[in-house]
Amino acid sequence: MDLQPISGVPALIAITAKNLLIFGGVLIVVAYATLAERRVSAFIQDRRGPNRVGPFGLFQPLADGLKNILKEETLPATASRFFFVLAPLLVLVPSLVTFAVIPIAAPLPTPWGVVDMIIADVPIGILYVLAFSSLAVYGVVLGGWASNNKYAFLGGLRASAQMVSYEVALGLSIIAVLMMTGNVTLAEMVWQQQQLGMWFAFPLSLAFILFVVSAFAETNRLPFDMPEAESELVTGYHTEYSAMKFSAFMISEFGHMVTASALMATLFLGGWDLPGTWDNAFWYQGQLIGGFAQDGSVILAQPTWWKTLLTLGGFAAKTGFFLLLYIWIRWTLPRFRYDQVMALGWKVMLPTALAYIMLVGGTILVLDELGVAWGFGYGLALTAVSGVATFAFIFFIDRGRTITGAAAGAAQKREIKTIPQVSSRPAIAEHAAVGD
Amino acid sequence: MTFFFYLFAGVAIGGGIGVVMSKNPVASLLFMVTTLAAMAGTFVLLEAHFLAAIQIIVYAGAIMVLFLFVIMLLNLGHDYRKDLKGGAFAVLSFGVIGSIAGLLATRLRTADAMPAEGAIAIDAALAEHGAVGAIAEPLYTTYVVPFEITGILLLVAIVGAVVLAKREV
Repeated sequence: MDLQPISGVPALIAITAKNLLIFGGVLIVVAYATLAERRVSAFIQDRRGPNRVGPFGLFQPLADGLKNILKEETLPATASRFFFVLAPLLVLVPSLVTFAVIPIAAPLPTPWGVVDMIIADVPIGILYVLAFSSLAVYGVVLGGWASNNKYAFLGGLRASAQMVSYEVALGLSIIAVLMMTGNVTLAEMVWQQQQLGMWFAFPLSLAFILFVVSAFAETNRLPFDMPEAESELVTGYHTEYSAMKFSAFMISEFGHMVTASALMATLFLGGWDLPGTWDNAFWYQGQLIGGFAQDGSVILAQPTWWKTLLTLGGFAAKTGFFLLLYIWIRWTLPRFRYDQVMALGWKVMLPTALAYIMLVGGTILVLDELGVAWGFGYGLALTAVSGVATFAFIFFIDRGRTITGAAAGAAQKREIKTIPQVSSRPAIAEHAAVGD
Repeated sequence: MTFFFYLFAGVAIGGGIGVVMSKNPVASLLFMVTTLAAMAGTFVLLEAHFLAAIQIIVYAGAIMVLFLFVIMLLNLGHDYRKDLKGGAFAVLSFGVIGSIAGLLATRLRTADAMPAEGAIAIDAALAEHGAVGAIAEPLYTTYVVPFEITGILLLVAIVGAVVLAKREV
């Protein structure tokens, strides 16, 4: 079979189908992420959660959607109407369109040509993601401002300051990945992780941590949900919104989470790549290749439909893991104070990210000068260097409190447990004797 | 392609008119963002993908957000009318617009299409280095000194801003 990219009328059909399926899929995942959040939070807090609508509460998102459509749309008397209506749309669109550049599975062979499982493989890849995530600020700020409500306005201001601050750390943590791949397209990032033989979460562990933390701040999720801190600002920038407009804010928050999870999976957990070289595929000089032979000649890839399905499953599992992590952290950690969020962003994340870029850049330079081949050994060397950096970072940021403190607490508990076992028996016996 | 060019050009011009015509400064700012986004669209049509992304990230996503911040915090927009009134202002603005339009008209009448060698060279650079590498390669080799000096200039500006702001506090 001749492996050519799909073209002509079948290509148009394929693009339409991909658009509908991928964005439809993302919206369905968003709907069920809301349910998952409520069920997981219930599990963490030893409750049952919504389980009345359908089996295991599976139709709850439908009921929520219907409720939101039927509810009354309110408009504050002093709000500026146009911006008030515009704001939810400005938040919703950027959170979803970013998904267009994320490859979700291995290329699918069809009788008319090979279909890439990505909506738009744009040459600027990750920059497209950054561009649209930076536009998401407008909706939040405008929503807060147009409501003409002090709490909403404070929420909007907090959101803009926080998103602009953490975008810096987010962008700088991506630079380490860019130095490894040498290009900005997400398809090439997946390909280079396949070639390296390990996912970037290991050789770039500190960038991974910084990216995850910044992504939490960018999506305004706990422990960084300053813009909608209930105890301080009612619900922040969407205080005045009701019905579908409120729902649009909620959908965009979860859409942002899904997109950020997919990005973390693609940048640091190999995207749709599964362990082994059997699924490798990349367009290289007009050929779909699976790797390079020892003498530098290309080995052609063998795409099949079951490889596409398996890799799609792998991608979904990795994205789902990060979604679960989002929910898990939300119901585990308390909220930061606002000045702590800003201090963490500018005084910890930014210098660390800058220093780490120097470290990774220096290591890559040394490895290239030594002539180490791009492969597993290269990855191991970087893993060792990054591991030391990550350990130092966690050690300094912990300051002997959380992790070492918990360890000390556990040790103390063991001691307390053992001491009464020795001394308490005679005491109880004595007490019993007195009672008699 | 031509359709998209006219679409983006129309949106950009409409946004530009909106910036100066709207009475609400926040509306002006959003028109400005629209114009910048439409210009990013024309950059994409010119195959300058990196410029388009930077246009959105830096101008629409960062600088204009700071403008919005300032407009909202200072609650600007109540005394703009007396700033803009007066015959001198009208003469000045029409003079500036007229001379720019005249310059553009003469330039467009005499301008040639881009020479074919230039287009071929750009295509080759894009194919070899990718959308970002095509700009990064000359920026960090041929033009590295001017580039670094520009960076230092910006750093000096930032330090100056911090010093000025600190004195007020």
